[in-house]
Amino acid sequence: MTNIIKTEDSSKTLLGFWVYLMTDCVLFASLFATYAVLQNNTYGGPSGKQIFDLPNIFIETILLLTSSFTTGLVMLAVKKRNKNTVLLWLAITWVLGALFLSLEISEFRSMVLAGNSWRSSAFLSSFFTLVGTHGLHILAGLLWAGVLAFQLATKGFTENVTRRLHLFSLFWHFLDIIWIFIFTIVYLRGTL
Amino acid sequence: MLANIFGKLTLKAVQHGPIIAVAQLTMLLGVLSAIGLLFYLKRWKWLWKEWLTSLDPKKIGVMYIVVAVGMLLRGTTDAAMMRAQQSMSVGTSNGFLTSDHFQQIFTAHGTIMIFFVAMGLMFGLLNLVVPLMLGSRDVAFPFMNSTSFWLYVGGAVLINLSLVLGQIGATGWLAYPPLSELAYSPGVGVDYWIWSIQIAGIGSLLSGINFIVTILKMRCKGMDLMKMPIFLWTVLGSMSLVAFAFPILTATLAMLSLDRTLGMHFFTSDSGGNAMMYVNLIWAWGHPEVYILILPAFGIFSEVVATFSQKRLFGYKSMVWATAGITVLSFTVWLHHFFTMGAGPNINAFFGIMTMVIAVPTGVKVFNWLFTMNHGRVHFNTPLLWFFGFIATFTLGGVAGVLMSVPAIDFQVHNSLFLVAHFHTMIIGGVVFGYFAGIAYWFPKVFGFKLNEQLGRYAFWCWTIGFLTAFVPLYILGMMGATRRLDHYDASMGWQSLFIVAGVGVLIIGLGIAFQVLQMIVSIKQRKSNLDITGDPWNGRTLEWSTSSPAPFYNFAILPEVHDRDAFWDMKYGSSKSTKSTNYTNYTDISLPKNSSAGIFIATFASLFAFSMVWHIFWLGILGIVGVLVCLIIRLSDDETEYIVSAETIAKNESINLSKKATH
Repeated sequence: MTNIIKTEDSSKTLLGFWVYLMTDCVLFASLFATYAVLQNNTYGGPSGKQIFDLPNIFIETILLLTSSFTTGLVMLAVKKRNKNTVLLWLAITWVLGALFLSLEISEFRSMVLAGNSWRSSAFLSSFFTLVGTHGLHILAGLLWAGVLAFQLATKGFTENVTRRLHLFSLFWHFLDIIWIFIFTIVYLRGTL
Repeated sequence: MLANIFGKLTLKAVQHGPIIAVAQLTMLLGVLSAIGLLFYLKRWKWLWKEWLTSLDPKKIGVMYIVVAVGMLLRGTTDAAMMRAQQSMSVGTSNGFLTSDHFQQIFTAHGTIMIFFVAMGLMFGLLNLVVPLMLGSRDVAFPFMNSTSFWLYVGGAVLINLSLVLGQIGATGWLAYPPLSELAYSPGVGVDYWIWSIQIAGIGSLLSGINFIVTILKMRCKGMDLMKMPIFLWTVLGSMSLVAFAFPILTATLAMLSLDRTLGMHFFTSDSGGNAMMYVNLIWAWGHPEVYILILPAFGIFSEVVATFSQKRLFGYKSMVWATAGITVLSFTVWLHHFFTMGAGPNINAFFGIMTMVIAVPTGVKVFNWLFTMNHGRVHFNTPLLWFFGFIATFTLGGVAGVLMSVPAIDFQVHNSLFLVAHFHTMIIGGVVFGYFAGIAYWFPKVFGFKLNEQLGRYAFWCWTIGFLTAFVPLYILGMMGATRRLDHYDASMGWQSLFIVAGVGVLIIGLGIAFQVLQMIVSIKQRKSNLDITGDPWNGRTLEWSTSSPAPFYNFAILPEVHDRDAFWDMKYGSSKSTKSTNYTNYTDISLPKNSSAGIFIATFASLFAFSMVWHIFWLGILGIVGVLVCLIIRLSDDETEYIVSAETIAKNESINLSKKATH
């Protein structure tokens, strides 16, 4: 990746973005810790086992992992300075991310409609907040990818655009890693 | 219909008792007269172009300090009201404040002093000094820096607005649930508290990232990590703590506000919520926060002691390791804030021992400072006076702290005025004195003239004596069983005389502040006779003194190269004496960031969003979020964010400075 961005400016931004990702990591760590403390406080309501729909979550996971792979393909195309290929894989990444998000929203919706909203128990509050915060990050990522695609289409591979594509790929992989933790700690441990 | 437009906001929000009405009117008149004055002097354009939209860290630093001093005046007024109430409200007399109002005052006092005074002074000093000391022209992300500042201002505006529209929480400065939950605090006070801190806190987080990258990536040639001045090490430690602690605060405040606005149950007393989780999380942020504030103060004292002893800092390496040690250990002591939670003897013992351990590196520092002065040529200027005040009070407070680290003793004094006295000793005697020393020390670098020494001395003595008069009685009262946050007590307790003494102490501190204001006015009036023409008024040791005073907007005409820890001292007296005088005319073009108003707009929309969350104004919330995003995208679409200062301009500017020096 080192040959994608070279200048001194970019190395500052890269370090700054890594530090930002670590701060985001701490944010998620706080939410995970809260979830770990509150997960059994169902207050007579359902536990994770009763409401998690594992096949659905499995599809979400596959979608997000695939989108991480396609982000890798975006970066390969950036390396070759191939604009159309970048836009194509970015679009595919976007669609996969959007599908993930819509599945997550429909999962939340069906839970709420079944009477298990975030108001029902401390467990559900922490569940919706942890998973929802990840979802909000995905939403921000989608917005970012859209703006980047527009900038790439109009400006080409300027230094700023190239650097931001690189940062975006870091962000997206980071969200993937967080999701793996959510999948394991919330869904797998909750149902198995 | 009105509920759609204004949410919960009604005319009732402005109607309070006569005391608040006076405060409201004062604030309103203050704002109006400031606006009027700007119109009268036709300074709007100047203010906007030269200051508000500037990305120059020196100007941002000055603005931070101006806001922080304004907030200091408000915070001190709150303190004075509390002590006045406690001196009067005995037995049958109920003083002049209602319980609810008293509770709001101590909440506002704590919140303002920590988030808007201490943090503001700290980031102000960092902005003024860090790039100069690094031998650099700017921070890593100048635009982000301005956004951080304006988010801080947004938070400050919001917390002041709570006095005019609505109220502040009556929950104390950390708003423990379940009291701060909707069931027990149904008003908007806690929401104001949450959102003003949330916004300012995100600004601090961004600043933390900014300064970490600045220090790691923008050191001048030859300055490897072990050649950095200690101040930069302490800032690096402090900012690393910001990066690791502030996200916890963000998450915790978000969860509390989700409880309050969406009816979640993180910390409620029903539906399985766990209030102690909040207390753990808030202190996992809160204890590092103490060190975030004190570490830069340690750094300032390290520079001040070495400079005014005209001697190299004693034990540089042990200082670095002590700083690193404090940085790491500060995350292992948070539970000592609530030993009484009942976590069990083993957990309490662990945190008790860690609390004792963290006092060790601090002790190392104290001895290093004292040894630095040993055999030094000590000059008793105001910055060094603040250091003496600090050593005396901070050691006193530190000993009280180690005392309380024993859980069995802590059970006795928990929540008492003994604790209040302890942390005020640390924060006033440590943090505030440190920042005052820093301001007196670096003032000439920023403005080009020194502060009046005489009045500075008066201020120092008033602060020190006032501080002891105000807080030693609180140690005693705490031992006598007086709990904190009392607005009324029985005459048979025999506490009144001590409370009166403490109140007198606050008055003496107030006199100290008056001297500081006077010092500023007199110094500006007599600036001609206190000019700093050489750029090196104290015979300094570090790079900031190698450029002219006031530092030019590009900081250094030619970026310095250093060969020694005390780089400037080395240039003046050391082996690399020759390198400083190399070719003054060999200037090159410099690129600097253009002004940007995007930070102001982003912070304005963020504050609107926060305001809408307080009052549940739906449309304004959406406007706020969309506004932030649009401003951000516009700014990020701009590729021409820098401008070039030509070599000729620099040559011209530098020759003026040189001729000034020559004629002197």
